[in-house]
Amino acid sequence: MTQSAPRFAVVGGGLAGLMTVIKIAERGHPVDVFSVVPVKRSHSVCAQGGINAAVNIKGENDSPEIHFYDTVKGGDFLAHQPLCKGMAYAAPGLVYLLDRMGVPFSRTPEGNLDFRRFGGTLHHRTAFAGASTGQQLLYALDEQVRRYEVEGLVRKHEGFEFLGPVLAGPGGPCVGLVALDLKTMEITAHRFDAVVMATGGPGLVFGRSTNSMINTGSAASSCYQAGVKYANGEFIQIHPTAIPGEDKLRLMSESARGEGGRVWVPRKKGDTRDPREIPEEERWYFLEEKYPRFGNLVPRDIGAREIYDVCVNKGMGIGGQMMVYLDLTHKPREFLDHRLGAILEIYEKFAGDDPRTVPMKIFPAVHYSMGGLWVDYERTADGFIDGDSPKNHMTNIPGLYAAGECEYQYHGANRLGANALLSCIYSGTLAGPAAVNYASGLERLANDLAEGPYERERLRWERRFDEIRRMDGPENAHKLHRELGELMIENMTIVRHNDALRRTDARLQELMERWHRIGAADTAGWTNQELPFINQLWNMLELARVMTLGALARDESRGAHYKPEFPERNDEEWLKTTIAEWTPDGPKLSYEEVDTSLVKPVARKYD
Amino acid sequence: MSQEVHLRIRRQDAPDSQPYWQDFRVPRKKGMNIISCLQEIARNPVDAAGRKVSPPVWDCSCLEEVCGACTMVINGTPRQSCSTLVDNLPEGTITLEPVAKFPVVRDLVVDRSAMFRALRDVRAWLPIDGTHDLGPGPRRAPGDVDEAYVFSRCMTCGCCMEACPNYDANDYEQFIGPAPLAQAYYFSKHPTGAMNQDERLEAVMGANGITGCGNAQNCVEVCPKEIPLTEAFARLNRQANRKWLADILGR
Repeated sequence: MTQSAPRFAVVGGGLAGLMTVIKIAERGHPVDVFSVVPVKRSHSVCAQGGINAAVNIKGENDSPEIHFYDTVKGGDFLAHQPLCKGMAYAAPGLVYLLDRMGVPFSRTPEGNLDFRRFGGTLHHRTAFAGASTGQQLLYALDEQVRRYEVEGLVRKHEGFEFLGPVLAGPGGPCVGLVALDLKTMEITAHRFDAVVMATGGPGLVFGRSTNSMINTGSAASSCYQAGVKYANGEFIQIHPTAIPGEDKLRLMSESARGEGGRVWVPRKKGDTRDPREIPEEERWYFLEEKYPRFGNLVPRDIGAREIYDVCVNKGMGIGGQMMVYLDLTHKPREFLDHRLGAILEIYEKFAGDDPRTVPMKIFPAVHYSMGGLWVDYERTADGFIDGDSPKNHMTNIPGLYAAGECEYQYHGANRLGANALLSCIYSGTLAGPAAVNYASGLERLANDLAEGPYERERLRWERRFDEIRRMDGPENAHKLHRELGELMIENMTIVRHNDALRRTDARLQELMERWHRIGAADTAGWTNQELPFINQLWNMLELARVMTLGALARDESRGAHYKPEFPERNDEEWLKTTIAEWTPDGPKLSYEEVDTSLVKPVARKYD
Repeated sequence: MSQEVHLRIRRQDAPDSQPYWQDFRVPRKKGMNIISCLQEIARNPVDAAGRKVSPPVWDCSCLEEVCGACTMVINGTPRQSCSTLVDNLPEGTITLEPVAKFPVVRDLVVDRSAMFRALRDVRAWLPIDGTHDLGPGPRRAPGDVDEAYVFSRCMTCGCCMEACPNYDANDYEQFIGPAPLAQAYYFSKHPTGAMNQDERLEAVMGANGITGCGNAQNCVEVCPKEIPLTEAFARLNRQANRKWLADILGR
């Protein structure tokens, strides 16, 4: 008779979470998934354009080595190189795996997987399923997880919100978690030997973004407040092309440009003509002009900055606004429907125009966080990742792991398009086995521990929610959230100035004070959405400070972080990871070396 | 056009409590959808009579009609509240109700777990040999993939279930509903799935399977992704008949 078996929890059911679940279950271990929504509704569904893998289907001499280089260069050399290398080399096998799981990837006439162009590379490297690739990938993983669920290895806790980890003592190890049942509002503590956070990005810190409403960053922030280091928080990706909206900013995929979409503004400032009436020679294709090699497919940080320059500095945006045309009207309708149908439908439904005949009006929007929870890895002598190491994807708290957008490792200062789906899945293939190997080496399992820490944490969270329920001040949580978003969008996006960042941090602290004067608009004890939101809002404020102070300190320009006062990259002083640690007086910053042993940092050029 | 949007929302505090209606007015904005109306109410939770109320509870996530969360009955029709633009609705009061075929949790939030249960019952997955690298999957004709892709866009939103006269989540033993059946068909379109379609057909041919479909064709009318559901059922029926015959003849 063996002792009780180790128990695993994965928090979050997007691509990273589900891949982690599959890897743990495949090794025969039971695993519990906690997710605020049914996992099939996770934010991964929003990914549109595709997933990168250097399969070289077009005979362009593409290779994982070039993919690796493009990724490191795209990230302005701030990413850990062995991880990028491991990811690029694993990519073809992972895309084949997804193919075998049944993802309806678009095909070549010969029946092979088709690949299209994406930003930051000159190769056709992006596999895609129409323009709903993220949805298709998530469903494939969801189906495999369902199979394990039927077999009894996977238990889903859908409609549960992670509140915080349970640590055996200060500094760890992590021995479980506390969760809130969003239906019954019951708070419970759970015993686990390893917990993998796969909770996605923090787009809601910016109010409106391309992110889903569940992307508050709250779970990652809670881990940060429990002692996990938060790395590179200042690196926030602004996607050049989104559709404005009152409730959210909807993504217009980079694949629109990958398939030939052209960005332009009228050459004449303040030209009010219908775009269809503006002749070719009176259109300014500013990206193609400035970047003859990469054209419309420059990386996102550069694309967003150029749009800002044209619209704000030169005042040439459409209608004087931060808005440019993204034009697909020169492409045949059938081609567009086949390759981009899903995103063109979105534009049509929400903007009201048919992008097959009218150029789309688009503008930059917050899209992705390169930064996130700090995690470790173990490299081999030849620069790859040791896949058996329990250190891979472990935070500084033993037993607490992070995978996917909520961690920081793969994208440096700027993520390349179609590398997010890849890094989510790849990180799941590392985090799952790492958690299993860690737990297998434990002398005492969580089930044998005393009740103390579990009860303490449960009571702490119960008190927190009781306090929130009793809040009866004049402030409305959603209005405060809107203020937070406006503040962050104004000061923490494409262009950053130190004086504005200092003011932003002061304003954030004011918002934190005002948070205490919120009135809970709903005090019901059943399916109360206000109380979790008020808690999430606090966590967003904590993260906003990490992002802002990280940006304030970093006096250089690198990837998505651009300061006109310090327009150049400064490797001598700043080729290092920003680390934020929580203290009662705000984030404490320190820095850590980056492994750049495989590719020497060079000037990043795309012209 | 009125400067305000008038919403009438059917509310219910808990699964076993009595529903009631509440009216709200929110400032009208160009391009606004039902979600932004509800967000506005959350920022200012006051009903049309000026009384302070708890903000209505509703489900949503992606807000771009791909996650399937925000289904509700809007002016009598089941649809996604994110892609329902106020300007496209007729002038006048907009009514919001929870979908009726699933148990209400609170206000506009319903429990759609029966849909996920059905996906388990029809064995909606491909039984791959493992996640290790086994090279590419089977080659597939572009046209075949295009036909399958249409069915893989089902986001389990439940609109078809709501519109189906034969479906009721409280009576799962009668009929598992259109969406899961279409998924059972989807997997037969894949070369690997075709090899074990019989397992799925067992469920499809069960008491609450395809025979529960009365061919009312309401489902295709309301599907936000325009999935040809009834086409799938016709083909699934043929698959089931063939299997039934093969079973009788002992293959």
